[in-house]
Amino acid sequence: MSEQEEGMATVEEQQEMEDKVISPEKAEEVKLKARYPNLGAKPGGSDFLRKRLQKGQKYFDSGDYNMAKAKMKNKQLPSAPTEKTEITGDHIPTPQDLPQRKTSIVASKLAV
Amino acid sequence: MAGKRKLSERPGGGSGDVQWCFSQVKGAMDDDVAEADIISTVEFNHTGELLATGDKGGRVVIFQQEPESKNQPQCRGEYNVYSTFQSHEPEFDYLKSLEIEEKINKIRWLPQKNAAQFLLSTNDKTIKLWKISERDKRPEGYNLKEEDGRYRDPNTVTTLRVPVLRPMDLMVEASPRRVFANAHTYHINSISVNSDHETYLSADDLRINLWHLEITDRSFNIVDIKPANMEELTEVITAAEFHPDQCNTFVYSSSKGTIRLCDMRASALCDQHAKLFEEPEDPNNRSFFSEIISSISDVKFSHSGRYMMTRDYLSVKIWDLNMETRPVETYQVHEYLRSKLCSLYENDCIFDKFECCWNGNDSVVMTGSYNNFFRMFDRDYRQDVTFEASRENSKPRSVLKPRKISTGGKRKKDEISVDSLDFNKKILHTAWHPLDNIIAVATTNNLYIFQDKIN
Repeated sequence: MSEQEEGMATVEEQQEMEDKVISPEKAEEVKLKARYPNLGAKPGGSDFLRKRLQKGQKYFDSGDYNMAKAKMKNKQLPSAPTEKTEITGDHIPTPQDLPQRKTSIVASKLAV
Repeated sequence: MAGKRKLSERPGGGSGDVQWCFSQVKGAMDDDVAEADIISTVEFNHTGELLATGDKGGRVVIFQQEPESKNQPQCRGEYNVYSTFQSHEPEFDYLKSLEIEEKINKIRWLPQKNAAQFLLSTNDKTIKLWKISERDKRPEGYNLKEEDGRYRDPNTVTTLRVPVLRPMDLMVEASPRRVFANAHTYHINSISVNSDHETYLSADDLRINLWHLEITDRSFNIVDIKPANMEELTEVITAAEFHPDQCNTFVYSSSKGTIRLCDMRASALCDQHAKLFEEPEDPNNRSFFSEIISSISDVKFSHSGRYMMTRDYLSVKIWDLNMETRPVETYQVHEYLRSKLCSLYENDCIFDKFECCWNGNDSVVMTGSYNNFFRMFDRDYRQDVTFEASRENSKPRSVLKPRKISTGGKRKKDEISVDSLDFNKKILHTAWHPLDNIIAVATTNNLYIFQDKIN
């Protein structure tokens, strides 16, 4: 290891330390941008708010659903992904995709 | 520091002399938490005798404080289950392809007017007025009915008698008296009862509506911040509350860290604020996270009505209603998280909505944090303390020990390092008895009740 390389490494470390001292928040931002380079320049802007306003959206087309149900009798459709992804567009919802909403008839455990 | 006042001189206040003790814990002990059991709101009624909780499964549980027993005058009464009912059920809006959660977002009690108790509970879309009444007598000796309710053959009725009321075991019944539906396109985050005891407001992300408690088929829109073009949306409403005694005044907070105070006397639509509370930001300190962590998750007026408190991700701020330019007090809840924002963004914790509350005489404020920690800030003595709600500290009347988080390199004994904090154990909801030093703290699925030690 040459003397020069060692010197440069220390300067970089110093810079990093300085950044952290100046603003831990900015250091965190640098970390985030490094992991997600495509993150929009506009922080917390419309995209993020719109996602918040769309909570609960489950796309459902009864026509597609019934046709898919009929088709399933003849052939196997590709099975739905097991994780809770947004069901949109080309994906035709099957009975397995729709969450079974049961009412909570079980009493709350706080009331024991 | 000025001379300490005795506890007896500070009713319901002060963390200076107060020793907090464990009193009770409600809920299951096992670690496997069903989603329905996640507590989503906690609220004392106006006398503190009743304590209501709402959960993600749409259920409400109400606890009642037992009257102080003569045998143990030193102990305050315990809270025991008084009533429990299913307030909201899951729904699916087929027209909008929208799943409507049954989770209870907020509960607000109405001041008591007669023998019954009333509360408002709301999920994302519908507010309900519930009547909770006691029945401890029942009529016996009907002419036309048997005791079990079956009707008698009229031919067998030969005498006339007057039914009498006889005592029975106490039965507490909850019945929905009003359903206020179909007024919110977006998700309801707040409800607040007006000091006129006749009206209340409900707020969603973009609009605030005014209701009359007796009228369910219409409500007045009093704030609408929806832009004509949704692409231009920059902020949403995060919380709203009526002033405790000025029936014309309310405030609402935004995701950009501002609070607007509105006067309903000025105009029917309060889009123009009467006051705008905003702390100026140093543009040099601005980062990607600035706006997200400035989003206000809760706003609460002081009991006096002179101040209001806001909670953003890292701090609690006290505002004087007479000064819009900056808060009069700022308390750091968990400043050590500022250097963890990247991972808190990745695991979505940065969007957690913490609530805050005042004690009865507005001298102490409280809010929750992670690792089942909660914090109290004494405004008079400028002291703050961190406690933990855990089963380990749950011996009856055991005094809570203050917790310390080590932020530097050297971790002292009994300190907890930031890296070992459990971010899944969050205390979002806390409540303080309006008159006494009794607090209710909700962890994910347990409700802890702590009281100050009476000597």
